Amino acid sequence: MRYLPLTPQDREAMLATIGAASIDDLFCDVPEAARLDGPVDLPSHAGEMAVERQMSRLALQNHAAGEGPCFLGAGAYRHHVPASVDYLIQRGEFLTAYTPYQPEIAQGTLQVLFEFQTQVAMLTGMEVANASMYDGATSCAEAVMMAARVTKRNKAVLSGNLHPHYRDTTETLCRMTDFPVSETAPHVAGADIDALIAAVDGSVGCVVVQYPDVFGHIADLTPLADACHAAGALMVVVCTEMVSLGALKPPGAMDADIVAGEGQSIGNALNFGGPYLGLFATRQKLVRQMPGRVCGETVDADGQRGYVLTLSTREQHIRREKATSNICTNSGLCALAFSIHMSLLGEAGLNRLAAWNHATAVQTAERLAGVPGVELLNPAFFNEFAVQLSKPAAGVVDALAEQGILAGVPASRLYPDQTDLANVLLVAATETVEPEDIESLALALTKELAA
Amino acid sequence: MSAMNTQGRPTKPEASASSDTAPATFTGNRALHLEEKLIFEKDSAGRSGIDMPEPPKVVDRLGGLSRGEAVGLPGLSEPQVVRHYTRLSQKNYAIDAGLFPLGSCTMKHNPRLNERMARLPGFADLHPMQPESTIQGALQLMQQLSHWIMTLTGMPAVALSPGAGAHGELTGMAAIRAALEARGEAGKRRKVLVPDSAHGTNPATAAALGFEVAGIEEDSTGRVNLKAFEASLGDDVAAIMLTNPNTCGVFEYDIRRIADALHEAGGYFYCDGANFNAIVGRVRPGDLGIDAMHLNLHKTFSTPHGGGGPGSGPVVYSEALAPFAPVPRIQQNADGTLSLVEQAEGDAAQAFGRVKGFHGQMGMFVRALTYMLSHGADGLRQVAEDAVLNANYLKARLKSEFSLPYGDTGPCMHEVLFDDTFLKGTGVSTLDFSKAMIDEGFHPMTMYFPLVVHGAMLIEPTETETKNALDEFADSLLALAKAAKAGDSERFTQAPRFAPRRRLDETQAARKPVLRWQAG
Repeated sequence: MRYLPLTPQDREAMLATIGAASIDDLFCDVPEAARLDGPVDLPSHAGEMAVERQMSRLALQNHAAGEGPCFLGAGAYRHHVPASVDYLIQRGEFLTAYTPYQPEIAQGTLQVLFEFQTQVAMLTGMEVANASMYDGATSCAEAVMMAARVTKRNKAVLSGNLHPHYRDTTETLCRMTDFPVSETAPHVAGADIDALIAAVDGSVGCVVVQYPDVFGHIADLTPLADACHAAGALMVVVCTEMVSLGALKPPGAMDADIVAGEGQSIGNALNFGGPYLGLFATRQKLVRQMPGRVCGETVDADGQRGYVLTLSTREQHIRREKATSNICTNSGLCALAFSIHMSLLGEAGLNRLAAWNHATAVQTAERLAGVPGVELLNPAFFNEFAVQLSKPAAGVVDALAEQGILAGVPASRLYPDQTDLANVLLVAATETVEPEDIESLALALTKELAA
Repeated sequence: MSAMNTQGRPTKPEASASSDTAPATFTGNRALHLEEKLIFEKDSAGRSGIDMPEPPKVVDRLGGLSRGEAVGLPGLSEPQVVRHYTRLSQKNYAIDAGLFPLGSCTMKHNPRLNERMARLPGFADLHPMQPESTIQGALQLMQQLSHWIMTLTGMPAVALSPGAGAHGELTGMAAIRAALEARGEAGKRRKVLVPDSAHGTNPATAAALGFEVAGIEEDSTGRVNLKAFEASLGDDVAAIMLTNPNTCGVFEYDIRRIADALHEAGGYFYCDGANFNAIVGRVRPGDLGIDAMHLNLHKTFSTPHGGGGPGSGPVVYSEALAPFAPVPRIQQNADGTLSLVEQAEGDAAQAFGRVKGFHGQMGMFVRALTYMLSHGADGLRQVAEDAVLNANYLKARLKSEFSLPYGDTGPCMHEVLFDDTFLKGTGVSTLDFSKAMIDEGFHPMTMYFPLVVHGAMLIEPTETETKNALDEFADSLLALAKAAKAGDSERFTQAPRFAPRRRLDETQAARKPVLRWQAG
C-alpha cells in the first residue's frame, strides 16, 4: 500500500523492541467479542489509476455548472477563481499544516489569518472579524447566540427573507436551548424592513436581516438599526454574496452590530455546497463575546512583530462547558483562498468585479423582463433577483435543465410550504455569464412558458 | 587543514560562529528565512492581479445604496501576490515537511490524489441547488461514502452534513436530545457525563444544547472509573460522552459494561470518534453499544487540516437515534435515482432539524472516499495496526527517559501519553521541552492535554512514518531528555532559537487585542 511505509521486516523488528508477539497483542484491551478477525466487507485496496477512473465515472454523471449557462445563486455563487489561488492553497506548507498552536513555526498561517481578519473587517465595514466559521448558516446561528450573551435576552427575530437554510440552522440550535425565535413572513416584493421594525421590542435580543436578501432585495438598514438600538437589541446582518460589498454600502456603515457572512463567492469553488467559510465580524467592544478563533498581533522574545491565536479564554479547550461556543475548527484553507483572491483583486479589481456582476445581472433582468410570462419583482438588486413566472418555477427549471441550462433556483425548493411562491424563480448572474447565456435563457424561457 | 572543494576553498570555516552570536544581517532576513511585511504595507499603487474587461454600461439598479467609501485594499500584481504567500508558506511547519506528532490530531500524510479528485469539474463546479437530474453522480458519491462509513462502524445510519468534529458532536447530541423529547424525558434527563480527560469540545457541546455537565474521574490506568460512573447513573442522566480510544491513548476495556449500565439506566451513549483511526477495520463501534459517534474525516480519512480547517464530521447513529438524524438525507426512488430530502417531512418527519447550509462538506467527501478506495478494507485495517504499532514503538523507545503517568500497564493505542515527572527539578517545563523540539526540526507533541495529567505530552506518530523517521525522532527526544536532566536548561528555556520567531508574548496579545491592521 503506497501510503504505508512500514515493511514486514520493520513490523517484526518493532514488535520485538516492544516485546509483543504479534500485532494482536497490542489490541488486547478490545473486548474479545468486538474484535474483527479479518477485513470488513468492502473492496480491497486499489492503485491510483483505478481509483481515479472510479471517481471520474461518478464525476461524469453530474452536469458541471460550467458546461452551460448557469444562473444559480441562493447562497452559493459561481465566480472565476484565478489559477494562482488554487496553486497557492495547495502548497503543502499551507495545506498540510495544523491549527497554529505553535506560533513560532506557524507564522505563515497566522499572518494570513491576521490579513484575512483585516480584509473581512474592511469589506463589511466592521471593526473586527474572527478567523472564520464553518459556513454562513452556522455563522448566523452563532451570531444569534452571541447577541443573547451580549443583551442577556434569549429571543430573536429572523427576517422572512433570510435564506431558509440559515433560518433552519439557527432555529435548530435555538430550539435545543429553549430559545424563542420568531420570523416575519417572506416578502418577495421587496425587503420588508417595516415588518422587522414592528417586531422589535424590549424583549428582543437581536433582529437578523439578510443583505442582499434571499430574493436579491437591498434596502437601507439604518432605520432597522436605529429601532434595534432604541430597544436595546442588536442588528445582525447576514450577507451570502460578499462580492456585493464591492458595490454596496457595507453593513458597518448602516450601524450593524454583527455581520455573519458566507465567504464562498470569493476564492472558493461551488463544491456542491461545501466546504465554505463563515465570516463573522463585529464591534471591538463586543470582541470578548465573539465565537471562534481569533488571531492577534504581538511581539516575540527579541521584540519582533509576530502573530498568535488569542482570546482563547473564550474557547472550549480552555473554558470547556463555559465557552462562548463549542466550535473548534475554523475554515482555514477556504479563508486562505478568500484572502488570496482579495489580495489579487485589490481595490480596483474588487470594484470592477462588483460592477461587472451588477451590469450582467441588470442585462439579464432587462432581457428576461421582456419575455412573455416573466415579471421582474425587484426594484433594486445586486447580482441576483426574483422573477414571477406564469408557471410553477420547479417544472420550468427541470425542463430547462434537460436543455443544459441551469435557469435558477425555484423558490419552492427553499419554501416548499409557501404555495404563493411556487412560480417564483431566483436568478443570479455573475461575471461568468456571457451575453449568449442570457440569450439562451431568454429563448428557452420564452418557449417553455408559451408551451 | 580542513577539506577543500573543487574551487580550492575551505568547505567549512575554521571557527564557525553559532547563529546566536553571528552578526545580524542588514535586511533582517536569514537566507531562506525571509521577513515578509503585511500585504497592506506593500508597494500597492492601484494595481490589480486580475485583468477584467470594462463592464457593460448599464443604468445601475442599486437603489441608491452604492458604496461611497473605499474598502481600503492594496493593489498588487500577480507576481507580488504569489511571492507574498510563498514566503508566508515557508514560515509554516507541515506534514509534508516532517513528522508532526500532535496527539489526538492525527497528522498523517495527505495523498495528492485526493486533491486532484476533489477538483474534477463534476464535483468542484457543482452548484448545491442544481436540479436532481444533474447531480446523480454527487448523490451516488455521498451514498457510497455513507456505505463505507456505516460498514466500517457497524452502525445503521449516518448524517454527513456536520462541518467538523465538534459540529458532529453537536449533531449527535442533538439527536439524543430529540429522542429524549420524543420519550417525554427531556425535562428530567438534563445531565451529561463527561470524563475529565475529554476534549474541551465535549462539555462545550453538551452545554450548547442546554445540558448540565457532570465530570467523571479516571481510574489508575487512565480509563473511566467504573465505580464513579455507576454511582453517577440515575434517571436524570441523558447521556455519556466518551472518547474511545480515549485521550490518554488507551482503549476503554470496560466499554460494553459502560454501555449496558447506561442503557439500563435509560441514557444514550455518545462516543467521540476523534481517535477512530486507531481501530478502523479492527473494531466496529456498533459492536460496542454506541448510539452516536462522529468521525473526523480530516483525521482518520486524511482530508487535509489546511492550517485549521475545513473539517468534516459525519455522525453515525444507532437504530434508536436514526429517526432523529437531521436533514438533508439521501433517498433512493423507485426508479433507482437518488433524491435529497431537504425538509423534515415524510420519512424524515422526526428529523431534529438542520445543522448547516446545503448538504455538507462535499469537497471533503470526495477526498475521504478517494482515500477509502485507495486503502480498501485491507489497507484501512493496516492503517490502524501500523498507527498502533508506531505509537507502541515510540513508547518502548522513550520510556527509559520519559515518565508514564499511569505506569507501564499495557499497550497504548495510536498515541502514547507521558507526563512531566521526568523533568522534575530540571527547571525545564513541558512547554520548554516542546520548544526545544522545534529547534531540533520537529513539530512538538500535544502538550498540557489531557488536562488530568500534569504537564502532559501526548505523542501520535500516525501510520505514515517510516521506522527510520521514528528512530530519528526517538533519538532526538532521548537526547533532549538527557540534556534536561544533565542541567543544560538554557537549551530549553531559550528555545526556539532557530524558528522564524522566538517565543511570542501571548499575554500581551490577549490583554490588548490587536486583531487587524489599521492604516496610518
